[in-house]
Amino acid sequence: MTANPVASARFAGLKFPIYMDNHATTPVDPRVLSAMLPYFTETFGNAASRTHAYGWTAEAAVDDARDTIAQLIGAESGKEIVFTSGATESDNLAIKGVAEYYKAKGNHIITTTIEHKAVLDSCKRLEKDGFSVTYVNVGPDGLVNPKDIEAAITDKTILVSVMLANNEVGTIQPIAEIGKLTRARGIIFHSDAVQGLGKTPFDVRAMNVDLASLTAHKIYGPKGVGALYVRRSKPRVRLSAQMDGGGHERGNRSGTLNVPGIVGFAKACKIFIEEGVAEAEKIRALRDRLYKKITAELDSVVLNGSAEHRLPGNLNISFAFVEGEGLMMAIKDVAVSSGSACTSASLEPSYVLRSMGLEEDMAHSSIRFGLGRFNTEEEIDYVAELVIAKVKRLRDMSPLYEMHKAGIDIKSIQWAAH
Amino acid sequence: MAYSEKVIEHYENPRNVGSLDQEDEAVGTGLVGAPACGDVMRLQIRVNDAGVIEDAKFKTFGCGSAIASSSLATEWIKGKTIDEAATIKNSQIAEELSLPPVKIHCSVLAEDAIKSAIEDFRKKRAAKQALAGQ
Repeated sequence: MTANPVASARFAGLKFPIYMDNHATTPVDPRVLSAMLPYFTETFGNAASRTHAYGWTAEAAVDDARDTIAQLIGAESGKEIVFTSGATESDNLAIKGVAEYYKAKGNHIITTTIEHKAVLDSCKRLEKDGFSVTYVNVGPDGLVNPKDIEAAITDKTILVSVMLANNEVGTIQPIAEIGKLTRARGIIFHSDAVQGLGKTPFDVRAMNVDLASLTAHKIYGPKGVGALYVRRSKPRVRLSAQMDGGGHERGNRSGTLNVPGIVGFAKACKIFIEEGVAEAEKIRALRDRLYKKITAELDSVVLNGSAEHRLPGNLNISFAFVEGEGLMMAIKDVAVSSGSACTSASLEPSYVLRSMGLEEDMAHSSIRFGLGRFNTEEEIDYVAELVIAKVKRLRDMSPLYEMHKAGIDIKSIQWAAH
Repeated sequence: MAYSEKVIEHYENPRNVGSLDQEDEAVGTGLVGAPACGDVMRLQIRVNDAGVIEDAKFKTFGCGSAIASSSLATEWIKGKTIDEAATIKNSQIAEELSLPPVKIHCSVLAEDAIKSAIEDFRKKRAAKQALAGQ
């Protein structure tokens, strides 16, 4: 077996497994946790209680949180923030809520093939209810072309939904350009901004975004709390509520507010307002260091998605001739994810990579490294050495790499699909 | 996914990784699977005049279960006659490695690889005998 860099004294201080799956979720920042704690035990009131100080204190904390979250996304007012249980609920509320409210106006929705399942499956549900949905494909760089959105618009189009940044390949979509198109035609524009929030410039007013899905747990806040930005003026966006009950959140989303979660969400946003730009640079440098080290030692490594329009923490690469799940097993000291079929319940490789036109074998060979706030240079160096050693080992075991080295074109072989 | 101890053991210490000379008339080669499906196995056997598998080698592109299945397959067939080796069933491989249902196809591929290597060897031998009979 190839020497494992674990043995090296240089890496004696590291804690395993090293977390590099920050697109999946992030740890709660200790500053966020401290801000939340009093709201569990001392100021535990229900923000909807109007008759006593417990309720007033909770409501004030929630309203402060709205303002902070609004500030991070450039919203006009905290009143435009509707709290939810997370981005899946926000996506459902935005898409189904708009479709139901505006159905008299039109029945056509435009989205992209690389959206999160919460968007795609909401659209699929609406198709069963008589709506028509256009799924715009992306280019090989993982970017949506605004012209393709424009071409899909009909006089029946009521909603366009395009994510700010993709969760697999980290590509940052041309939201401002799409916003111009939709605004000029009076079409509502929703963006699932979960992955890009705080990490890439996002301004709902400058970009003409009307609805934006947000979540706390991707920005070092707690799980189980999210928000939907709902524009209140120019134009005012209306939704049909998807949850019936006490009429909380101006009737948009009933349910007692998760006050500690909301306070944590706001604190997480506050940290990004203050430190986001510097942090993005730091993480980008770590990401580039990892990529350079890997490509300096390994041939046949392909970066998936645009290098330029990309989240600073995202590195999605395919190691040709090595299967992704097999590689993850070899680098189990690192928590990452793969576009390989073997990691999904459906046994289908990543639909995002397939939409980009990636060959299936390269989709099977992809690994997503998601770097975050708490990764260090030492971790990067360790992971680079580990990946290099293990890819070499697996390629020594790979019949495809042997054929490639012998000059055989793997595509020329008649493979029997199974 | 949690792997069984046996899968991990074979994955970390695979038996019989390597290549045999494909042109050698005593060698049978099976290449099964497809890159698009995420697994390809190449299993090779060297068979002596008595029909006994003297050596077996594999190379696999695939997940841990695919690598472990092919490693186990080479281990099991070494020393067996080709007729004995041809009776190995995927279910035996799956059972030995405690493969979960989503990984059963890895053991199917290993069985196919054994059969395909034996088939290749038999074809070579038949061709050789036909030549000798002329």
